[in-house]
Amino acid sequence: MTPLTGYLLVAALLFAIGLAGALTRRNAILVLIGIELMLNAANLNLIAFWRYGPHPEALTGMMFAIFSIAVAAAEAAVGLGLVISIHRHAHTTDLDAMNRMKG
Amino acid sequence: MTFVFCVLAALTLAGGLAAVLLKNTVHCALALTVAFAGLALLYLDLDAQFAGFAQILVYIGAVAILVVFAILLTKGSETPKDGVYSRNWPVGLVIAAGVFAVLGWAVLQSARVLPHETGPAPTVTVLQIGNALMGRYVLPLEIVALLLTAALIGAVIVAMHEKEGAK
Repeated sequence: MTPLTGYLLVAALLFAIGLAGALTRRNAILVLIGIELMLNAANLNLIAFWRYGPHPEALTGMMFAIFSIAVAAAEAAVGLGLVISIHRHAHTTDLDAMNRMKG
Repeated sequence: MTFVFCVLAALTLAGGLAAVLLKNTVHCALALTVAFAGLALLYLDLDAQFAGFAQILVYIGAVAILVVFAILLTKGSETPKDGVYSRNWPVGLVIAAGVFAVLGWAVLQSARVLPHETGPAPTVTVLQIGNALMGRYVLPLEIVALLLTAALIGAVIVAMHEKEGAK
């Protein structure tokens, strides 16, 4: 097994763990944690392809990963702000209890 | 497959698993920090020093702290009586297992055609990264700056406390 395959398999496993967390947990914050894990798995793929790809000196994969980290930070801030706002409104972060779109 | 890679992969995956499996939400946030640290070390192992330190700064320094703040502000640290998993968790588990099966199958099937460059590590200095950010990638950089400003203002407005009767 080449090193690249190992990294890709680790990233796939991390993505699946994050997806399982996002789909099975009840707490909205835990769902956001699962989404963060999925984003990180994608970043690991980008860096691994940059390192073992044919032209690492072009920095393409690394730049993509850095921009992806910045976008993920913005996503986390807005997502957690939404969770806090929903908690103030409905007094719960239980996703099973949030079953109506009307405020 | 070096020993270092195996240890770091095990650390990252254990942190990720703990982050989605533990019952107490605060413990989940701490396990998430372990997973982020493991990923940063994996980046360092891949000779991507800048990305590794950016990962530590942004994820461990900012996102994990934000998650802890959100948990404390929403009183999420109390474990609910009726379980931490959603009503239809088996469906989610099946979907995640299916996604992993497809991804793993695709990676293993394409192992022969994936690039095999195992030459010396590319030497990337911060100077090169800065030149790339200010040259070829200057437009994405500006867009990210705009996005971060918009996200900052948006998050504050969304989470801002509405006064009683103020509409």
